[in-house]
Formats: sequence, C-alpha cells, structure tokens
Amino acid sequence: MTTGAPTSNLPASPVATRGSGYAWYALALIVLAAAPFFIYPLFAAKVLCYCLFACAFNLLLGTSGLLSFGHAAFFGSAAYIAGHALKVWGLPFELAALLGTLTAAALGFVFGALSIRRQGLYFAMITLALAQMIYFMAFQLPFTHAEDGLTAVPRGKILGLFDLNNLYVMYYTAVAVFVIGYLLIVRITHSTFGQVLKAIRENQPRMISLGYSVNSYKLMVFILSAALSGLAGATKTMVVQLASTVDVHWATSGDVALMALLGGVGTLFGPVAGGVIVESLQFYLADSGLPIQAVIGAIFVLCILLFRQGVVGELLRLRLKWR
Amino acid sequence: MSTQVLFGQLLIGLINGSFYALLALGFAIIFGLLGIINIAQGTFYMIGAFGAWMLLHYLGLGYWWGIVLAPVIAGIVGMTLEKTLISRIYKIDHIYGLLLTYGLMMFIMGMFIYFFQTAPRPYPVPPELTGGYNLGFMFVPKYRVWVVVVSVVFCFGTWYVIEKTPVGRNLRAATENPMLTRALGINVPALLTLGFGVGVVLAGLAGVLAGPIYSVSPIMGGDLVIVVFAIVVVGGMQSILGAIVTGLSLGVLEGLTKVFYAHGANMVIFVIMFIVLLMKPAGLFGQEK
Repeated sequence: MTTGAPTSNLPASPVATRGSGYAWYALALIVLAAAPFFIYPLFAAKVLCYCLFACAFNLLLGTSGLLSFGHAAFFGSAAYIAGHALKVWGLPFELAALLGTLTAAALGFVFGALSIRRQGLYFAMITLALAQMIYFMAFQLPFTHAEDGLTAVPRGKILGLFDLNNLYVMYYTAVAVFVIGYLLIVRITHSTFGQVLKAIRENQPRMISLGYSVNSYKLMVFILSAALSGLAGATKTMVVQLASTVDVHWATSGDVALMALLGGVGTLFGPVAGGVIVESLQFYLADSGLPIQAVIGAIFVLCILLFRQGVVGELLRLRLKWR
Repeated sequence: MSTQVLFGQLLIGLINGSFYALLALGFAIIFGLLGIINIAQGTFYMIGAFGAWMLLHYLGLGYWWGIVLAPVIAGIVGMTLEKTLISRIYKIDHIYGLLLTYGLMMFIMGMFIYFFQTAPRPYPVPPELTGGYNLGFMFVPKYRVWVVVVSVVFCFGTWYVIEKTPVGRNLRAATENPMLTRALGINVPALLTLGFGVGVVLAGLAGVLAGPIYSVSPIMGGDLVIVVFAIVVVGGMQSILGAIVTGLSLGVLEGLTKVFYAHGANMVIFVIMFIVLLMKPAGLFGQEK
C-alpha cells in the first residue's frame, strides 16, 4: 500500500456540476413530480430509495475515496428498526425514519471507529466483514423474525394527516425524503468540510502536516454516509412494507457500489442515474427470461474496464469536449 | 453434553476449517501478489465443485478424475480471466480489482443459476472412501479424514513451495518489489498469472472436496467468501502461514461454539475478527506497515 503522495486515482469530482444552474433542478423536479403518472408509483418510490442509498454511499467514496463494502448494514438495520417501530410500536413514519437513521448513524460510528484507520482494500474488507456480523444478527435477534423478516409493515400517516397507503401520497413522501437527502449531500460535498475531505483524499500526508485531524474528518463523513443510508433504508421499509435479510446481505452492499460506479463516482448525480439503471434492469428484465444477475454483472465488468467515469461522468466529459 | 456431540462438532469444525484454510490461502496468495481482493474466490470454489459434477454427469468421469481435472479447469478459467480482464486494471486504484471480481462473480454465478437453478445436486462419495473408522467414542467417516488430510497436505505443500523453492522465491520477490524483480529479468506478468492460477486452483480443490459433503449448487460459495475474508483479516492479509493456521483453528472454534452456544456459531469468527482488529489491527501473523 502506498502511503506517500496522491493515494487515489479515482475520478475527481468535477466542479462543473455546481453552477450549471437551477434549470437542471427545475427539470429534475418536474420529472419527479410527473413520474408516478407514467410508471408504477410503488416501483418509482422504491427506485428513489435506492438512489438515495447510492448517493449516500457515494458521499463516502466520492469525497473521501473510501470504498465501503458494508453499507448494507446501515441500510438494512435502519430498515429493520423503522419496520419494528412502525409495526410493533405503532410510531408514525417520521419518528420511525428518525429512529432508523439514528441507529444507522450509531452503527456508522462503531464501524467507522474500527475501520477508518485502515486504507483502501483493508478498509473495504473490514467494513464487509463487520457488516456480515449484522447480517447474522438479523437471523438471531428476536424482533427481526429470521428468514421471514418483518412483513406487512403498516405505512401509517404522514404528518398525522395523509394516509400513506395511497400510492401517490407514499410516492411524494419518498420524493420529499429523497430531495432532502440529496440536497443535504450536495451541501455537504460543496461545504468546507467536503473540500477538506477531498484534499485528504488527494494528499493525506500534507493534510496531516497542515494540522487537520484527518481521521475525525473521515469518521464524520462515514457517519453521515451511514445515517443517510439508514434514511434510505427506513423509507424503503415504508414503501415496500418489508424489511428482510436481503437488506443486510452483502450483495446489497455490492449492488450499491455497482450503482454508484455505473452512474459515475465523481459526480453528484451519477449514483442517481446508476440506481435508476440497475433497478430498472431488474424490474423490466424480470419477465424476460434473461439471467438478470449475469447481465448486470457483465455490464458492471464492461463499465469498469471501458468507462470508469460511469454514465454521467462520460456524458459530462463529452459535453466538455463539444464545447 | 456427550463427548460424542463434542467430537462430532470438532470434526465438522476441522472439515470446515480445511475449506477455510484452502480458500484463505488462495486468497492470501492472490492478494499478496496481485494486490486484488478476489471476491470471486467463492465462485471458483463453486466452479471446482460443479466441474467435478459435470465431469461425472456428462463424461462419466468419477471422483478421482474430478479431483485432478476440476481444480485444473477452475485454474484455467481463472488464468484466462486474469490474462484477459483482470490484468488490465493493475495500474489503477486497487479497489477496482475488488469491484471487477465482484462483477465477474455476479456474471458467473448468474449464468450457473440460469442453467442449473439453485437446487443442490448430490455428488456421491467415491466407493473407495465410503465407510469409516469406529474409534470407540465416535464414528469417523473415511471421506472426512480424507478431506482434512488432503487440505493439510496441499496447504503446507503450497507453503513449502512458496517459502523454500526457487519458484516461490521469484513469487515472493514479485510480491515485495515487482519493478526490481522485472529488472532482474524475471517475467513478472507471467508470475502474476501463475499466482492467480494457484490461488484459484486451491479454491477449486476445496470445491471438489466439499462436493460430497455439502452437495453442489451455484450458490455454494457465495457466503463462504465473506467468512474467508474475516479469516484473512484475522490471520494478517498477506500472511500465507497466517491464512492456513487461522483457517483451520477458526473452523474448529466455530465447531466448538456450535456445541456450547449454537446461536453464536455463525458469528464467532466475526467476533474474533472484531477483537483482533481492536488489539492487533495488522492481524495475528501480519506485520504493521
């Protein structure tokens, strides 16, 4: 492992996305508002949850260059906690989501404190193995119901007023959660804090010599990433009314890495695109008789070998070229 | 608790430990040499088992052919993948190696599930190894003894080759300093392919050995690889001896946990990893860098 000078050659985050105007945001909002009239709202809401999850994952990878292979632990544990809060304690969705997010943040603190000192591959392996502990716990703890998972989780009401069983109310709630999460991630990335993290990624020894407490910065972004993954997981439970061992399985950690990579790690919007692509492939190819897992695996391999910037990254590069 | 249960679980632990050791050893070789986390290690384990099953069902070649040919087939598949795909990403960030092998695993597993479904297929114990020994306090099936013996022989054989022979010396040199090794006229890319092949062959061998015990299925190696990860972290990422010793001993420990606290059996290896990370982050046999 190199400890000297630039430690990463991950694609750098382009600053170009920042000022490209409110027009894009307006367009995105229109698309989000219109989506449920063209596609099944339940599916659209689920996609948004995974998009937020991918963005949260990318907050860690994109800013600090740390690849976590254990993010399913945060997503899944929040899914379970939120599910339990909704179903058994009868809490409203807002509180359940908050509890889920806090759980994920607490777990993020523990995982981060243990793994953050190690770099690169070591970090990936340690997060992966730690997450697997949560997976096994999901089989053993009394409230997770082992293989069955938490089924038929009631959605409750949003703000105590609107019934979330109405698919449109449920969808727009998911949109709200997604937008809040996404804007928060944008804000964090462009903040001084985010810039310090990027500097650490580019040249850690220099940042240490400048007096930055490198590890606490990394730990902080790890916790933020975990908390937002938790928010995504909790919302997913509300949407699909199910929290199961699939949510905490390491394949979910792999899938979220895949989404972020496919969309473009160096961009803010990339993971959203990646989430939409992967979820749509799974949804629309489900009845095609094709081996979906193999198709996605092949696409992923090609993506790593041929266009590492991801879909959005490549598009941005083309746009810069044409200018 | 009867001694029979205790020794029964000890034996199962030893069997699992043998598989862990073979897989972890292959993993450590690949990681040390190529700097790649081969998450597809479990997939090559599955390919080994399926290779033996296919040889039996399509060509009528029995276990003894299988145990020789199937790991070789897995090795050829692995070396081809290394030469054509994996070797392209050595120059970029190492996390892409993890992601690439993850994609390959998805692809290979997906294809196997597509063609063979996930239902386990039985693979018979060869007639020469049926039956067992009655030790008075317990009954030991011959095949299980065979598995442990083969694993231990191959693990320490590999260790011997790497530590004591000229080929191993070159391999270690390529691990320590590939540039300098190359400058001395040693073909490092070929060594990398060879190293990857060796790691994969060990996984394939474990797969063939596991066939008669756990049946053959496309998903058989999926979760195993995560346990192997934990073992390698405990043993020290690049340590050959660490992988072997930790693999065997944690397998046994897992078996023992099943006797005393059945619920904790799946977790015990990860708990150990947790503790080791706190006390000795480089692993039991690793060196802090």
